[in-house]
Amino acid sequence: MKNTIAMTPELVAQHGLKPDEYQRILKLIGREPTLTELGIFSAMWNEHCSYKSSRLHLRGLPTKAPWVIQGPGENAGVIDIGDGLACVFKMESHNHPSYIEPYQGATTGVGGILRDVFTMGARPIATLNALRFGSPDHPKTRHLVSGVVAGIGGYGNSFGVPTVGGQMGFHTRYDGNILVNAMAVGIAKSDEIFYAKATGVGNPIVYLGSKTGRDGIHGATMASAAFDDAADEKRPTVQVGDPFAEKLLLEACLELMQTGSVIAIQDMGAAGLTSSAVEMGAKGDLGIELDLDKIPCREEGMTAYEMMLSESQERMLMVLDPTKEKQAEAIFVKWGLDFAIVGKTTDTLRFVVKHKGEVMADLPIKELGDEAPLYDRPYVETPKRPVLDAKKIPSPVSNREALLKLIGSPDLASKRWVWEQYDHLILGNTVQQPGGDSAVVRVGEGPRGLALTSDVTPRYCEADPFEGGKQAVAEAYRNIIAVGGTPKAITDNLNFGNPERPEYMGQLVYCIRGLGEACEELDFPVVSGNVSLYNETNGRGILPTPTVGGVGVIDDVSKSMTLAFKAEDEIIVLLGETTGWLGSSSWLAEIAGREDGAPPPVDLLMEKLIGELVLGLIKDGLVTAVHDLSDGGLAVGVAEMAMSGGIGATIAALPFGLPSHAELFGEDQARYVVTVKNKAALDELSRRVGAIVATGEALVLMTVIGKTGGDALTLPGEMPISLSELHNAHENWLPSYMAGEL
Amino acid sequence: MKSAVITFPGSNREGDVIRALRQSTGHEPSSIWHQDTELPKGTDLVVLPGGFSYGDYLRCGAIASRAPVMDAVRAHAAKGGLVLGICNGFQILVESGLLPGVLMRNAGLKFICKMQHLKVGRADTAFTSAYNEGQIIKVAIAHGEGNYVADADTIARLEGENRVAFRYCTAEGDTKAGNPNGSLNDIAGIYSEHLNVLGMMPHPENLIETLVGGTDGRGLFESLSTLRGAA
Repeated sequence: MKNTIAMTPELVAQHGLKPDEYQRILKLIGREPTLTELGIFSAMWNEHCSYKSSRLHLRGLPTKAPWVIQGPGENAGVIDIGDGLACVFKMESHNHPSYIEPYQGATTGVGGILRDVFTMGARPIATLNALRFGSPDHPKTRHLVSGVVAGIGGYGNSFGVPTVGGQMGFHTRYDGNILVNAMAVGIAKSDEIFYAKATGVGNPIVYLGSKTGRDGIHGATMASAAFDDAADEKRPTVQVGDPFAEKLLLEACLELMQTGSVIAIQDMGAAGLTSSAVEMGAKGDLGIELDLDKIPCREEGMTAYEMMLSESQERMLMVLDPTKEKQAEAIFVKWGLDFAIVGKTTDTLRFVVKHKGEVMADLPIKELGDEAPLYDRPYVETPKRPVLDAKKIPSPVSNREALLKLIGSPDLASKRWVWEQYDHLILGNTVQQPGGDSAVVRVGEGPRGLALTSDVTPRYCEADPFEGGKQAVAEAYRNIIAVGGTPKAITDNLNFGNPERPEYMGQLVYCIRGLGEACEELDFPVVSGNVSLYNETNGRGILPTPTVGGVGVIDDVSKSMTLAFKAEDEIIVLLGETTGWLGSSSWLAEIAGREDGAPPPVDLLMEKLIGELVLGLIKDGLVTAVHDLSDGGLAVGVAEMAMSGGIGATIAALPFGLPSHAELFGEDQARYVVTVKNKAALDELSRRVGAIVATGEALVLMTVIGKTGGDALTLPGEMPISLSELHNAHENWLPSYMAGEL
Repeated sequence: MKSAVITFPGSNREGDVIRALRQSTGHEPSSIWHQDTELPKGTDLVVLPGGFSYGDYLRCGAIASRAPVMDAVRAHAAKGGLVLGICNGFQILVESGLLPGVLMRNAGLKFICKMQHLKVGRADTAFTSAYNEGQIIKVAIAHGEGNYVADADTIARLEGENRVAFRYCTAEGDTKAGNPNGSLNDIAGIYSEHLNVLGMMPHPENLIETLVGGTDGRGLFESLSTLRGAA
C-alpha cells in the first residue's frame, strides 16, 4: 500500500472516522493526510484513546485528596500510603477482544494493566478483575467463561502476581458482549514515581521489550465500535500475550529505573507506538521524531502504517538520559530483550515519522491529543421506576428455600472454581484471599497492608443510573471497611453501550454523576480509570456497568477483620437501617422472576456514619466478625458468615414489622452484620450507636438478631439448614455448570 | 547453613523462598543468575524456585535444565550437596535427569491454586527432620503441570527405596481422595537415590507465617537450618 493514496470516504470510514472528523483533520493540517497519518488520527481519535464522548462528563469527578500523588491522566493513579510508600493502581477493560478470542483477550487485558502500573516504577503486588458474562443458557457462555478465566490465570500466574479478588456475574444483556475488567495494584517509593512527560531536546527515544508484529492493528478502533454477528471476523485485531516477556520487561524496567537513566517512560498499549510517542511528546511540550528503520520487527516488510498501528504486546517507549545509554542497554541485554534507539525529542512540536528515508507522517503533536473531537452528545435520563411495596410482593417459596436457591444462583454462588485457577498465594503476602469482602495484601514485611475490592451492581445502574453509580462506590467503601481498611481512592472502569444513542449516553452521564457524588461525600477520590463504550451487539446495549476498584489502607494487617463467625454463642448484630427494599434486588430476580422497581437509595451520610462506626469497632477490638450486606441482603450475608466460619447461627424473629422475606432478603444499603463476644461488648456497641442516633433522627441503627452456634443456620420460623446443605448449594453450581451438567 | 537460590528468566517464587530461608536460618541466601557457571564456595543447599522459567515454553523446565548454571548444580548434587526444587524447580530437576519421571498436565487440565494437605514420608532426611513420619501438613499448591508420572519400574523403585517424600492427602490423611492432579501413587515430592535431592510440587515457602495461611511449611526450612554449620 502506498503512503500517498487518494483519500476516499470509504477509506475514512474504514478508519472509524466520521465525515466531520475527517474535515477537522483537513482543517488542522491544511492538506490531505497520508495513509500513515490517517492511521495515526484513527488511533488517536477513536473513543478508546480520546474519550471524546465521556471527557466532558468525567471532568466532574473528584480526583483530589491530600493523599493523592497522581490523579487521572497518567498511566495509573498514585496515592500515598505512608512510610514513604505509594500505591499505584488502575483498572482497564478488554471487553471486545475477550469476546472475539477469550483466552488472548483476557491475557492481554491483564498484561496491559500490569504494564500501566510498572511503567510508573511500581512493582505489581496484586491483581483483581470484574467479569460479566451472558446468560448461563447462552450457547457461548461456557466457552467464554472457560477461556477468560484460563487467560487471566495464564498471564498472572506466569508473570508472578497474585490474583486476589474480583467479581463475576451473568446476565442475558451481556450475551453478545462480555466484560473483562482487570485491575493491577503496585507499590513504589513515593518519591520514585516515573511519568510519561518527556524533557530535554535531542534526547534519545528508546524502544524496549518484544518485537513489533502485525498483531492488533486497529485494536483500539475495533474496541470503539459496536459488534454485529460478524464479530468473529475481527479476530486478527486481537493481540497475543506473552507473560514471560512481560516478566522480563518488568524486571528490566525496574532495574533500569534504579540507575536514574529514565527521563520518561510510557508503555505501548492501545494504539501502540503512535499513542505512546505522541503522549510523551505532547506532555513535555516537545516534538518527537521516529525512525522506523530502527524498530525491532517480528516480520519482514512491515510498512510504516503497520508499525505505527500494531498493538503487539510487552513493549515500552522511553526517553533516556543520553549519558547512561550503555548502562541501560546492558540491563536489557542481560534480560534478553530488545533495546533500540528509534528516535529523538525535538523542539519542533511536530510528530515526524520516517521510514526508508521518506517522511511518512508529519503532524502537530499537541493537536493530535488536544484537538481530538469532544462531543456533548445528547442524552436522556432513564425514567424513574416506581418504588415497590414489599407487602404487595408475596414470596412464592419459603424463606429457607429462597435462601438455598439464592446462594446457589449464578451471581451469588461461590466462585471458587474461578479463583482456584488463579495463583492467589504467590509473593506470600495474601492475608485474606478471594471469598471475603475485600482481599487483604500485606505490603513488604508489613505491618501495613492494602484492602482491595472491585464492585458494581449493574441491575441497580440499569434501574437508576445515578443511584447505581453511588451504590458501586458505596459498596467498595463498605467492603474495605469490613476488613478494617480505611478507604483511600478508587479507579473506575466505565462500561456502557453506544453513546450515540441518547438513552445509553444518559446511563453514562448519570452513572458518572452518581459515582462523583459518592466519591465526594465519602472522601474517596477517583485517581485513574478507563471508559469502554459501544458495548452492544446488534443494537442492544449491555447493562450499564461502572466497575469500581477500591483501595484502602490497613495500618496493621495482623488486625484485619474477616466475615467468618469465630466462636459459638456470640451475639449477632445488624447495623444500619432496614426497610425491606426488594426493588431490583437479587431476591426479586431469582425468586420472583422480576427485574423491576427502583433500586435501594444510597444515603451517603449514613454510609459514612455507619462506616466510621464499624471501622472504630474493628480498631478497638469490639467485634469478632464483620460483613457488609449487599446482594441477597441479611439472609445471604449471615449464610456467608456461617459457611466461612463453619459455625451455624439462629436468627430470631425480626422486629421490623415487614414481610419476613423483605426483612431477610431486602437490599437496604449502609448495612453490616457484626458479631460481639459478650454483653459488655454489646453495651459498648449500643453506647456508640446511641451517640450517632442522638445527632440525627431516631433511626433504628442497631438490632440484635441472633446468636452463633451449632452446625446449622436457622431462619425465623423455618426448619434449620445444615451447614453442609448450605455449602453444597453454594459451591456446586459453578463447577456443575462448567462441567455441562446443568 | 549456606544456601543459594537460582533465578532463571521467568522464575517468580524466588523471593518467597529467599524469605523462608532468611526467616528460618537467619542467613541471607545468595542469589545466583542462570548464566552463572559456578556456585558460591561452601554452598550447602541449592534451591531451584517456582515460576515459569523461560516461559515454560517447549516443556516445563526443559530449557532451564540446559542453562549454564545447571552443570554446577549437577556437580553439586553428585558430590552429595543438597538440592531442593519446588514446583517449576521440581520440573527442572526431572528434565535435568537429577530425579526420575515427568510432570504431566494436571488430570483436570486446569491450573490449581489452593491449600493442600500432604502426608510426610520419612522424617530422617535433611529436609524433613523437623517433621514426624506420617505427619499431615497443610501447604499451598499452585501449578498446571504437577501430575507425576513414571514407568512402573521407577515407581516400584521409588516406593521400594522409600523415596516418596510427600504424598497428597485430605485433612484426614486419605491420600487417594486428596490427590488434586492425578499423580501416580499420589506423589507430591520425591528424593534422589542418596536423599540429597528433593523435588516437590507444593510450596512450603508460602506457609511460614500464621498471618498468611499457617506455618506448616516452616518444618522443611527448619530441618535444613539445623544442618552442618547451622546458625
